Amino acid sequence: MFTTVLFYLFAAVLVGAAVGVVVARNPVHSALFLVLAFFNSAALWLLLQAEFLAIALVLVYVGAVMVLFLFVVMMLDVNVAALREGFARHAPLGLVVAGLMVVEMFQVLWVRRLGEPALLAHAQPAAVEAGVSNTKALGTLLYTQYAYPFQLAAVVLLIAIVAAIALTMRKRPGLKLQDVSKQVAVTKADRLRIIKVEAEKRP
Amino acid sequence: MIPTSLADFAIAAPEVTLLGVACVVLLLDLFIGESRRGWTFLATLLGLALTAFVTLYCAPADRTVALGGLYVADAVATVIKFAAIATMAVVLLYSRDYLSARGLLQGEYLVLALFVLLGVMVMASASSLLSMYMGIEIMALSAYGLVAFDRENPIAAESAMKYFVLGAIASGTLLYGISILYGVTGSFDLNAVQAGLEREVFFGGRHIGLLFGLAFIIVGVAFKFGAVPFHMWVPDVYHGAPTSVTLMLGSVPKLASFALAWRVLAEGLGPLSHEWHDMLVVLSVLSMVIGNIVAISQTNLKRMLAYSTISHVGFILLGILTANAEGYTAALYYTLTYVIMAAASFGMILLLSRQGFEADRIEDFKGLAQRSPWFAWMMLMVMMSTAGVPPFVGFFAKLYVIQAVLNAGMVWLALVAVLASVVGAYYYLRIVKVMFFDAPAERAPALGGSPAFRMVLSANSLAVLGLGVVNGPLIALCQQVIPH
Repeated sequence: MFTTVLFYLFAAVLVGAAVGVVVARNPVHSALFLVLAFFNSAALWLLLQAEFLAIALVLVYVGAVMVLFLFVVMMLDVNVAALREGFARHAPLGLVVAGLMVVEMFQVLWVRRLGEPALLAHAQPAAVEAGVSNTKALGTLLYTQYAYPFQLAAVVLLIAIVAAIALTMRKRPGLKLQDVSKQVAVTKADRLRIIKVEAEKRP
Repeated sequence: MIPTSLADFAIAAPEVTLLGVACVVLLLDLFIGESRRGWTFLATLLGLALTAFVTLYCAPADRTVALGGLYVADAVATVIKFAAIATMAVVLLYSRDYLSARGLLQGEYLVLALFVLLGVMVMASASSLLSMYMGIEIMALSAYGLVAFDRENPIAAESAMKYFVLGAIASGTLLYGISILYGVTGSFDLNAVQAGLEREVFFGGRHIGLLFGLAFIIVGVAFKFGAVPFHMWVPDVYHGAPTSVTLMLGSVPKLASFALAWRVLAEGLGPLSHEWHDMLVVLSVLSMVIGNIVAISQTNLKRMLAYSTISHVGFILLGILTANAEGYTAALYYTLTYVIMAAASFGMILLLSRQGFEADRIEDFKGLAQRSPWFAWMMLMVMMSTAGVPPFVGFFAKLYVIQAVLNAGMVWLALVAVLASVVGAYYYLRIVKVMFFDAPAERAPALGGSPAFRMVLSANSLAVLGLGVVNGPLIALCQQVIPH
């Protein structure tokens, strides 16, 4: 009962935040609404006992992706008026697509109600004991059964960063860079020149 | 579920060694100054030698599956890995002068090249669709980086972009196929997929999902091979990339493509061979015909060789589509010999190029016989071999494939293959004509190239003749490693 109340609470806030993303006039507000939406879907996942997904969503999307988003939005001077220009014109098409998606989702629910036994088995996730952690289970799998592809995935990331740096880091001739060791090794004699100035005489 | 232990990684020693070498080279390069890049290069070659040694030394006598059923060590894998390592060493040796003349000889280039090789080796040993996909991505990502490596060159950037986008679509297609296959068979493991499919086929069931998944996987495989009609990226990437990268892309990944086709189609989807046979026939015929015909009208040698690659891919697919041990043997033999010929022909372009001059047009080879008779004869042998003239190795490669096709009872396919080869002979012989009967361009300087480069290139070209005259051992090796 309590979880049902919680579900409706989080779901309502989620839907509200999602609407906010679309209708907010200020792009920074949109991004913040998206953060709220992510938080609420993470809470929904927690209700489904998928705590790893919930944590990953908060860490990856809220912590990294959205911060990047906010940076970009703040750094680029987004012209909101230009973006909103076609809103009314494209709204009918958007509504049709949204309607189709809603119909499709209802179909999924409808199929489930038909009582296909294989589907029904997944309808209600088996209750898990309190001590079981799916983060731990995932970790165990990743480091035993799937240790090899997991390491290979790390190699892919290494390649991505090597290639990205090789392709973008430039050493232009006129580039002004700090050389920390030079800065530290500097002596007073290099920077400071003491000049004797003749004292001015009173006329 | 087979748990993975640390000892399992010992079976994957070649890959582990190569990864270690790549990391060492990456770090070593940081401490070596711009002027002493030669040391990084030397370290890379030594690392390759070490990996080759480990590959041969640690090769298990029997087929061994390890690392949770995701890794397989068998004779085919060992042959492909050793060939890939040797080719990569030769490729890097050829590329050195070209790279340093253009300021591209950087540690990152060598590291990315090593990662291309790592991807090829992972693919050669993949016994699961999961590790196969990881191998493909490792190879492809490094290749994208290498194509774009010459940042100042807008054509290279454009072709890298094209390669990246099309490669991503190919990966997506392949993944889509894999996911459908997983949905039907319930496993990524190629052995389990095979067992599941055998059951399915035995009970007469042809799940429509299987055909769907198969079609998408074939598209992905054809894309990686560069088979018509998924070949559009090949000429542009070969043309746009720095020649040293073209040399690499034209040789090493072909071995990986063979491994992909062999592991996924022949081993995993073997029970569906009746279905993929027809699809491969279409790809193979189109590749041979379109590759050879379009190559005729090219004036850029790199583009011409790209179309020639497409036609050779048609031949490799021809061997695979017979779906029997003889055909697979012929396809493996064809791939190995093609890699040797491709390395030599692109190496020749690198030999002729110099600072600020690419030597990638056919007219740049004019009068090579007067400038350097020795290398003109070498190029003649390579071109004759690629065209399929006896006694060079290219002839025997074509012969075995056509024999396998004839033994499988597909006479018309063999005829198409022969006719396509005859058309192809024209543009290879045109190079020979240009080299021997045209006057050299004015102010063409003497050929560059370090003594090591010249010696290895000569040895590579002579291998085309030697392996043709003494063609027994290599084909015997191929017959030995392909299970019957």
